Amino acid sequence: MKSKNPPEEPAHEDNFLESSRRDFLKHSGLLTAIAFTPSPLVKAAKSGLDEKIADLYEKVPVSLEVNGVKHQLSIEPRVTLLDLLREQLELTGTKKGCDHGQCGACTVHVDGHRVNSCLTLGVLVSGKKITTIEGLAKGDQLHPMQEAFIKHDGFQCGYCTPGQIMSAVACIREGHANSEHEIREYMSGNICRCGAYPNIVNAIQEVKEGGQPV
Amino acid sequence: MKQFQYSRPATQQAVIDAINKPGAKIIAGGTNLVDLMKRGVTAPDKLIDINHLPLKNIAPVKGGLHIGALALNSVVSENKLVVAQQPLLSMALKAGASPQLRNMATVGGNILQRTRCAYFYDTTMPCNKREPGSGCGAIGGYNRMHAIFGASDKCIAVHPSDMCVALVALDATVIVQSKKGTRRIPFADFHRLPGEHPDLDNNLAAGELILGVEIPDNNFAKNSYYLKIRDRQSYAFALVSVAAALELEGNTIKNARLAMGGVAHKPWRLVEAEKVLIGKPVSAETFNIAAQIAIQGAKTYGGNDFKLKLAPATITEALKHASGLV
Repeated sequence: MKSKNPPEEPAHEDNFLESSRRDFLKHSGLLTAIAFTPSPLVKAAKSGLDEKIADLYEKVPVSLEVNGVKHQLSIEPRVTLLDLLREQLELTGTKKGCDHGQCGACTVHVDGHRVNSCLTLGVLVSGKKITTIEGLAKGDQLHPMQEAFIKHDGFQCGYCTPGQIMSAVACIREGHANSEHEIREYMSGNICRCGAYPNIVNAIQEVKEGGQPV
Repeated sequence: MKQFQYSRPATQQAVIDAINKPGAKIIAGGTNLVDLMKRGVTAPDKLIDINHLPLKNIAPVKGGLHIGALALNSVVSENKLVVAQQPLLSMALKAGASPQLRNMATVGGNILQRTRCAYFYDTTMPCNKREPGSGCGAIGGYNRMHAIFGASDKCIAVHPSDMCVALVALDATVIVQSKKGTRRIPFADFHRLPGEHPDLDNNLAAGELILGVEIPDNNFAKNSYYLKIRDRQSYAFALVSVAAALELEGNTIKNARLAMGGVAHKPWRLVEAEKVLIGKPVSAETFNIAAQIAIQGAKTYGGNDFKLKLAPATITEALKHASGLV
């Protein structure tokens, strides 16, 4: 993620923009930067560390609440919510599957709505409440959906399971778990390579029919 | 992913100023853009976040229904006004993507989403859309998903949206704003055919911001159907999709709208087939005739030859559902 232009990537027509952005930061940006910024940046500028200044300037403050805990962070705008959760907050329950919004392993709730965290930039969820798989249980008491997945053997390798469970909880909350057909349609954004689908559907149906609050 | 700057201009006017600069791109839901940036297909210099702009409203306007550009696909698909007045749009939205993606994707972003042609996505392959002049990998390549209408020797990619197929059928209008003021673009004129410039997906000018879409009132609510045929039951792009909307008087078709997805570089309105339906009785025979007219002029590329049979069959089936024959 750190390299600006990895060699394996082909040259793009807007490479000139990259250079002009750097020029902007080096020339005009630096003057205003020094005028308004704390001393570490000024020191860095005096040392000629333009690139470091550029990096610092490109970081964006983000405040968000994850599983009830508030965080104040400073992140690069290209960091996804998934990487932020896993790499910075060490919440590795949320899985990186395809990293392109095709498998659903990274599903989390943002302000109560399920999303693919791999396609969500961290800067876009500032001020929001995030719930991950780590936030479902109450202490040692598992969430009813977690219990049901265990009871119905709703997984084999388990890699897709955090995403499946987050999606399953949302599926019931949205009111889209009224039949096997509807559950399958509204769980279609979560792929299970082991093929545990029938058991996942059973688990969701049990929780739905049990009527417990999810 | 290449580094970029991020900004969130406070007002609509400030957003329009910001997007008028080279290298700047708007980000809303990000479901398509972030994916393209990760793959190096696009590499903006600056992202302009517009998620805070007041463009999420869904409300009646004189003679129609307005849907804001930032309304989420999931919200629009379940909105009471949309379900009651424009069920075709609701059905099309629910046929697209996954629940997670629909919770992120906006109406404006859906309109502007780019083709899913594998050659467009693979930066090691030629693609005139991604890199003008490099050639088209899909012509003579793997083209199962590709166009049968309106393609050129430069590009045979298709527009991937389901929502847009419904909107073109419903005669929607796209409302855009720039420094020059607002402009209303009929939906059928919004997207382009590839021609010599497949790099241009649509006619949105530089510095223009989509504010929303308007759907005129109609009498299609009772007899609308969106039928999407794909390689799996859910969560896949269309091989062929059909938006069908009928206004019936007894057993006679008084008015008709037909459009297809997965067959062209733009959502493909079937005007000639609509004309044939009007005044005819509801019957499988009527629908078959319309379907055969709809497919006239189709051209296939090897991998997508099957669409010559699939497309008319899908039209007939969608019309049967819309009219209540099945």
